[in-house]
Amino acid sequence: MTQSEWPLWEVFIRSKQGLDHKHVGSLHAADATMAIQNARDVYTRRLEGVSIWVVESKHVHASNPDDAAAFFDPANDKVYRHPTFYEVPDSIKHM
Amino acid sequence: MLRPMQVAPSETPALNNYSPEVRQQLFAYVLQLADTSLILGHRLSEWCGHGPILEQDLAMANIALDLLGETRSLFQYAAELEGQGRTEDDLAFLRLATEYRNPLLVEQPNGDFAATIVRQFLFDTFHYHCLVELHKSPDAQLAAIAEKAVKEAAYHLKWSSEWMIRLGDGTAESRQRLDKALATLWRYSGELTTPTATEQALQAAGIIPDYAALRPAMDAHVAHVFGEATVPVPQGVFMMTGGKEGRHSEHLGYILAELQYMQRTYPGLKW
Repeated sequence: MTQSEWPLWEVFIRSKQGLDHKHVGSLHAADATMAIQNARDVYTRRLEGVSIWVVESKHVHASNPDDAAAFFDPANDKVYRHPTFYEVPDSIKHM
Repeated sequence: MLRPMQVAPSETPALNNYSPEVRQQLFAYVLQLADTSLILGHRLSEWCGHGPILEQDLAMANIALDLLGETRSLFQYAAELEGQGRTEDDLAFLRLATEYRNPLLVEQPNGDFAATIVRQFLFDTFHYHCLVELHKSPDAQLAAIAEKAVKEAAYHLKWSSEWMIRLGDGTAESRQRLDKALATLWRYSGELTTPTATEQALQAAGIIPDYAALRPAMDAHVAHVFGEATVPVPQGVFMMTGGKEGRHSEHLGYILAELQYMQRTYPGLKW
């Protein structure tokens, strides 16, 4: 065992039905190739996915929870921004 | 007892087309493949809960399950070829150590992670290349089993190859462990491609692959991975054989003691 931990990676899986990759969790790996293999072994055992993305966690920059009020609350009362006043034709999928 | 299989067993091939002699040879060969996957699968399952990290613990359990799935199909086919009323469970759990036909490599102890990787890499290299050819066998059942297993084996080989490279070209300690594992395990690699009399007969009949023809692709893969790992390919090592003819190392008896305990103690037990 080494003293130093392997870096953490975030895993995104695209399922058969899904159109986009969804975050499913994280894991440790020494490099990107190993991270994808580990993701295959940890997160696609039950036919969950057809495509895997991994990104080293340190490259993910997140919004600060303390800013939540300033960031998100102002959108609360702006109902006119929602496109709910249109009828979507039947032929348009995935809306 | 082994649990029910997820995949539908393929339809019975025209077994009557084989002469009793060929059928006996085929039975021995299929049993050899089944024993090989069973013993290696069991060895890998010993890692469950003891892997160096969670991700690799799962990876080894996944591979063990792939091998057990393959072994079930093979034991079922072997039982059918034998036609003596023995079931897959009888064949898997109720034979003596000298009746098992797995090569010596797969019964070797897990050792440290490097030893497990070397054992796996040497086996995967053979397993994958053999399945690719076995897939073309005129025996429909063998070809069908190989078709399913080859995809799994392709991943196993990818996994163990990546680890060979990382251990060889990793830290001083990983390299030293890899060198030690190679010094112990390389001598068991030759048996995989050394045909027994049974295998020679089936090769001559065109039912199973000619191992000599597999060697160029196998050797090229080994050379590539060892090159990446910056590890010289061992040369001039005396190769141990005998497992495929029932002459095993002391390790197999201990494996079987654990593997067979339940069926020996409670005959016919199901769960």
